[in-house]
Amino acid sequence: MKANTPAERLKNGILTENPTFVLMLGMCPTLAVTTSATNGIGMGLTTTVILAMSNLFISLLRNFIPDRVRMPSYIVVVASFVTIVQLLLQGYIPSLYDSLGIYIPLIVVNCIILGRAEAYASKNPPLASLFDGIGMGLGFTISITCIGAVRELLGAGQLFGYQVLPLADSAAGVAGYQPITIFILAPGAFFVLAMLAAILNKFKLGAAKRGIDPSQGCAGCAGCGNTACSGKGGSEA
Amino acid sequence: MKEMFLIIIGSAFVNNVVLSQFLGLCPFLGISKKTETAAGMGGAVIFVITISSFVASLIYQFILVPLNLTYLQTIVFILVIAALVQLLEMFLKKSIPSLYKGLGIYLPLITTNCAVLGVALNNVSDGYGVLKSTVNGFATAVGFLVAIVLMASIREKTENNDIPKAFQGFPITLITAGLMAISFFGFSGLI
Repeated sequence: MKANTPAERLKNGILTENPTFVLMLGMCPTLAVTTSATNGIGMGLTTTVILAMSNLFISLLRNFIPDRVRMPSYIVVVASFVTIVQLLLQGYIPSLYDSLGIYIPLIVVNCIILGRAEAYASKNPPLASLFDGIGMGLGFTISITCIGAVRELLGAGQLFGYQVLPLADSAAGVAGYQPITIFILAPGAFFVLAMLAAILNKFKLGAAKRGIDPSQGCAGCAGCGNTACSGKGGSEA
Repeated sequence: MKEMFLIIIGSAFVNNVVLSQFLGLCPFLGISKKTETAAGMGGAVIFVITISSFVASLIYQFILVPLNLTYLQTIVFILVIAALVQLLEMFLKKSIPSLYKGLGIYLPLITTNCAVLGVALNNVSDGYGVLKSTVNGFATAVGFLVAIVLMASIREKTENNDIPKAFQGFPITLITAGLMAISFFGFSGLI
């Protein structure tokens, strides 16, 4: 696929350089807001909007920003968009605003955004940068929604707020799912991410054994990120 | 006095900044291989968070609130923190070279530590004044120091353990962090 076309940028963000599973960036929101799949989608899409807009603007301004003050300038651009999105969420989707809380303003210090500004948007034309932002953002959204879905399913037997697994009721003698509450609490976030990272490692090791260079076969590791997700999708169904 | 004590215990242990609020994870996972470097990072974080929560709170109370500009808090805080870290670095280099030697390499890394911005924003949303903000910032940073030093000592002990290949590196570190988070639940009865 030709480099820097919109489609190639989208694929790169979602699969080849998936920010969560491949680049391991932006761990704070990944762990903090993934108590449910809905929160994961909300956080992911909020980040996507900010990432796409700041990438577009930084790319438009790339020839005007002096090299020595580029970091503070990027931070101001990102912080402005974060503030705009924060006020919009507060006004129009107050429930999401309440459940994400302090992690909305903290998007400013999400290393994915500054990382893309520095590594991509500051060197490439606006359209490609916009799609790079959208692709990276969607990759992030998909990853944290997966993590959120696993935690919500194990911790409460729910998915997107719907009771998927009928709960056990010992008083009424009904057999059913006994929620493992710890997965919704803080330690569960660490455990789920650890398991997903270990599964990824396992696939990478397998690929290395079969003689495929894992660092080169990025499609391979992105593919296993996919199977990990579809595996979960299977268990949800 | 009692209220201050509750803030200190609450921020340092019960709502530990890393293990229950997930702020400052990057240095927590990245710079926790050796106890000494972890302690150095923790010291630098205490220094920066205490000063930055004091300054951010001053600016919020005496500039942003009177001018009705509180919606600019995110932009103002992040710029203040970035500038402050630079200033501190220059100041330490000139006047306290021994401290600069100890903390120097960690200072630039702290700008990207979301715990610093997180504490400043938390102080505002909890309605703390200047004194309470500074105390809260200090206590939160102490919590970070405790967590990162504990993590580093555990990692030093388990370095040569026989860990399954797929779990080596990042995954086992996360599992260690998860177990520490469970043990920190023990503090939740304190308040």
